[in-house]
Amino acid sequence: MTEWRYWLAEQRGTLLAIGIFVAMFLIYATNHPAGFSANMVQTASNKATLLAFVAMAQAIVVITAGIDLSVGMILTLTNCLASWIVVGTATETALGVVGVLGTGILCGMINGAIVIFGRLQPIVTTIATGAMYYGVALMLRPNPGGAVNETLADALTGRLFGVLPTSLVALAATAVLIWVPYSCSVIGRAAFATGSSEVAAYMSGAPIRAAKFMAYTLAGLLSAIGGLFLTFFSYTGEAAYASGNAYTLFSIAAVVLGGVSLMGGRGSAIGAIFGALAFRTIGDLLFVFDFDPLWQPLFQGIVLMLAVSIGAFGLLRVRNRLEWFG
Amino acid sequence: MSDATATRPASRGAGMLRRIDPAVAASFGCIVLLLLVGSLYSRSFLSPDYLLQQLKVASFLGVIATGMMLVILLGQIDLSVPWVVTSGAMMACAAAAHGTTGAILAIPCGILCGAAIGLLNGIGVAYLRIPSMIITLATNAVAQGLMVAYTGGFAPQDSASKAMRYLATGNAVPGLPNAVLAWAIIGGAAIWLLSRTTFGRAIYAIGNRERAAYLSGIDTRRITMLAFALSGALSAFGGVLLAGYASKAAQSMGDAYLLPSIAAVVLGGTHILGGRGSYLGTIAGVILITLLQSILSVMQISEAGRQLIYGAVIILMLLIYGRQKA
Amino acid sequence: MIAAEPLFRAEGLSKRYGGVVALDRADLEVHPGRIHAILGENGAGKSTLIKLMVGVVAPDEGRMTLGGREVAFASPSAANDAGIVCIFQELSLIPDLSVADNIMISHPPTRLGMIDRRAQRRIAEEALHRAGAGDIHPRALVRDLPLSRRQMVEIAKALARQPKILILDEATSALTASDVTKVFEVLKRLRSEGLALLYISHRMHEIAELADDCSVFRNGRRISTFAAGTRTDAEVIELMIGREYKHVFPDKPARKPDGRPPALQCKKLRWGDRLKDISFSLHAGEIIGLGGLDGQGQRELLLALFGVLRDTSGDILIDGDKAAIDSPVAAKSERIGLALIPEDRKTEGLMLPMSVRDNLSAAAFDRFARFGIIDRQRQSALIDEMIRLIEIKTASPDLPVSALSGGNQQKVVIAKWLMNKPRIILLNDPTRGIDVGTKQEIYRLLRRLADEGAAVLLYSTDYDELIGCCDRVLVMYDGAVRRELAGAEITERALVSSALNVDDGELAEASLT
Repeated sequence: MTEWRYWLAEQRGTLLAIGIFVAMFLIYATNHPAGFSANMVQTASNKATLLAFVAMAQAIVVITAGIDLSVGMILTLTNCLASWIVVGTATETALGVVGVLGTGILCGMINGAIVIFGRLQPIVTTIATGAMYYGVALMLRPNPGGAVNETLADALTGRLFGVLPTSLVALAATAVLIWVPYSCSVIGRAAFATGSSEVAAYMSGAPIRAAKFMAYTLAGLLSAIGGLFLTFFSYTGEAAYASGNAYTLFSIAAVVLGGVSLMGGRGSAIGAIFGALAFRTIGDLLFVFDFDPLWQPLFQGIVLMLAVSIGAFGLLRVRNRLEWFG
Repeated sequence: MSDATATRPASRGAGMLRRIDPAVAASFGCIVLLLLVGSLYSRSFLSPDYLLQQLKVASFLGVIATGMMLVILLGQIDLSVPWVVTSGAMMACAAAAHGTTGAILAIPCGILCGAAIGLLNGIGVAYLRIPSMIITLATNAVAQGLMVAYTGGFAPQDSASKAMRYLATGNAVPGLPNAVLAWAIIGGAAIWLLSRTTFGRAIYAIGNRERAAYLSGIDTRRITMLAFALSGALSAFGGVLLAGYASKAAQSMGDAYLLPSIAAVVLGGTHILGGRGSYLGTIAGVILITLLQSILSVMQISEAGRQLIYGAVIILMLLIYGRQKA
Repeated sequence: MIAAEPLFRAEGLSKRYGGVVALDRADLEVHPGRIHAILGENGAGKSTLIKLMVGVVAPDEGRMTLGGREVAFASPSAANDAGIVCIFQELSLIPDLSVADNIMISHPPTRLGMIDRRAQRRIAEEALHRAGAGDIHPRALVRDLPLSRRQMVEIAKALARQPKILILDEATSALTASDVTKVFEVLKRLRSEGLALLYISHRMHEIAELADDCSVFRNGRRISTFAAGTRTDAEVIELMIGREYKHVFPDKPARKPDGRPPALQCKKLRWGDRLKDISFSLHAGEIIGLGGLDGQGQRELLLALFGVLRDTSGDILIDGDKAAIDSPVAAKSERIGLALIPEDRKTEGLMLPMSVRDNLSAAAFDRFARFGIIDRQRQSALIDEMIRLIEIKTASPDLPVSALSGGNQQKVVIAKWLMNKPRIILLNDPTRGIDVGTKQEIYRLLRRLADEGAAVLLYSTDYDELIGCCDRVLVMYDGAVRRELAGAEITERALVSSALNVDDGELAEASLT
């Protein structure tokens, strides 16, 4: 009987994120001029999926109490790469996909290795590696262009059985195939433990280094999946600095909205997915209510600002001011 | 750690050596090296005209890096630089469009806008204890939103005031560009502030050990807030100078200054976790970065290669100097 | 006394931290099926011994054998794997994970690489039952549990590792009375199952009820081992105190009441359940000591007076006037004139990489700066004077303070506050880990400051210090002032017995919690 209460306590953040998303989506759908249609859902979900992949990546790193400011640039890099190699015959395309995902993993491993073995701060490390990844992206695509296997692209951005957006299915599949096994594994458990209290995790003999390394690596992989989908949507590769940065920034917003604690140890990638979906929906609400689209960046900025300030309420409970200093 | 070693009279030579930070020495060494390499490519590299031109370009970065240094000394980071720079430039130009009064108020107006955003950062970091990386990303987004909403997403039509142009391109002292003079004044003020005022010493104290600084009765929150406000004001002033240089503001003019400003500070030997660093080092870092950029373009290395080399150089230098304590 | 071959034996273990000897050629034998109590004052070397046994630190000298074979542990998990498990005072639980996750954190049952949640839950439930905490739900998050329940999870976690030797370091200090009873039953059962238990506690009655053997430690050495019940509590306390080297303390002048209001007065100061209605008066020229076991609220009291704690209730009066002290900035202001020498000089007292000059300046900018601008000459003059006055041994004020010896570092911490000319000086164990010579200097300095009109509140874990330095001593227990001792009443016997919350007259009598 009390079983579900513990489940609720465990999933509080994630459930809250789902709640926010559902509420936003209902407001969106009921006020949408074209009404609620399969088409509308497809367009909305295609846009949101990209952010959701990057948000998952960010969530996995944030859970270990780290941060990855290169996720947007890995997305940009893999987008540019995909626009070269995910073309041609089925075999070539398949190899191309493997190459793109492998590149993402490599980027993640570089981040992880520098943070863990180089003992550098995650912020600076990932800003710097992000610049490098962007450099490579720019080398691959000095100008927007390229192509992608359109059959595959259309299959993954269209609809399944005429209703279900394939991108959503792909997102769910990724969550099931990557997040679920990870979070149930010993390494995943250690990642949570590390983020929650690194000292206690060490005292308890949890594999801290392996957990962190795995987290950055998976973040690279998930960002690459995001990059792949970006290519499927746009059919081209573009080394766009501003858009890469925006993905990084929004991924943090999505993670916060998704109930993942920036201090580490709490939250889930599922929450981050719904955080991403909710964040995108909030952005789209402006269109529905006929606001000038120019206000969208400001609106998103303010939502982000409010989201990060929520954590500050915890301060009111601190009764020993020395706790401010950790 | 015995008394014997502490009381042994330090020889004068050792004292001198101790005072010169190896990181600062290394950056100046790198500058000489870069000049030598550059002179191999082009004889004009060592000409006074060229060097003065480099110094002028460096002064924009120098002003921005000064603010970044204050914040990094605190053990924090300011990622809102891109849009604070842009806001400063745009608001100054916007004010300049309002007749004579506007033209007079243009420069203070730009700086004040930056200070306001910086103050917001400072309140978030100091009083709400939001991680600086997060809150500055959020204010960056808000500033971007405001500017996009204001300009309509296009390059603003307002042009810089005469004073701005004079400040960025004129020569009040023959042979010495005003921009360099401005940086020299700000740099001098920074050196004075950091070494001769309680504010400066408190910044070092907080960066070293905020807990100890707080228990020493230093108002750590107010100092942190002020440092962020100063950083915002300086970034915005950098933007004002840039707008004067280009005679108008542009949408993403600040993007190119985030990474270099962090890099300049860190390469100059300032500890990324705060508490240690000298302004002399930052000067070296700024010149180093500017020369690096210049050489890369003389060598006709593309933007892509530049990004790659930036990232790699920063990581490399950090691995040598900026380790976290194990 | 005990014939069988011991399960664990330590021989000649030594450990030094800097110049301080924490453990000095200590021996110990642990036998299966027995509960072995370890007794000693603060700093007697008990904690160091345990840290060595479970691989948190490595010994400088000596050897340990387990089951006849020599062992050396590189990490706590290596010791755990060998069968030595410790339940530490500071919890090693991960707040954001469930109880079951925590219990099985180091060796979760897996299937196909995944954690087998069902098996994990079963084992966790079993362990909780064995620990007498079957009422804790294995899915509950640790952060949602009260402290006493968390301690029970710690015990279950230790049991799930199937230890041969279980060490409990003050493991009952956070428990409620009913939990203590349960834990005792569990421990007795474990004993009958053949486990070896090391039990460290300050509570005499617990040891009397539980232990088979007792070992008393003092000054890093094992002084005596005897079968429980063969010595009276009074004899045990004598052993703990010992008769050893005495410091030379400055004379205490007789203080005449001058009719002025106390420099600092506390009226019913409360802070959550950590400080309970603390009232006392501290006069100018007086040194009051805070005694008691470590962690009875002394640290919190000092922090509360210094404006660090939030939501305190009760009044603080300075020179008879009510004062609102809500931050160290307010505490050090001209009108209030407080100074706090904090507990940990490395993280709270000093900015280690910064120079002696910067450190000495940090609390006293107002003395040499005007409108925030530092008057260098004035600063140097004041600093040179202070270095001379306190006899800080440094070649130059521009040396980083990390280059100084521990004793000199501590002098810098004190001097930094003296720069501000405080009227009320709070000290949190200022001589911990410091050489004897510097200790004496600090004692003389404190007395001189008092003679010059300062009011001093000194928390110390060293009983000698309280006896030698203080005009009065407030002994704290569980967040309250248990007893006030003055003048000749301040004896080791009185300090120890009131610290243990045992009546002076009949030491055997004790109240639970």
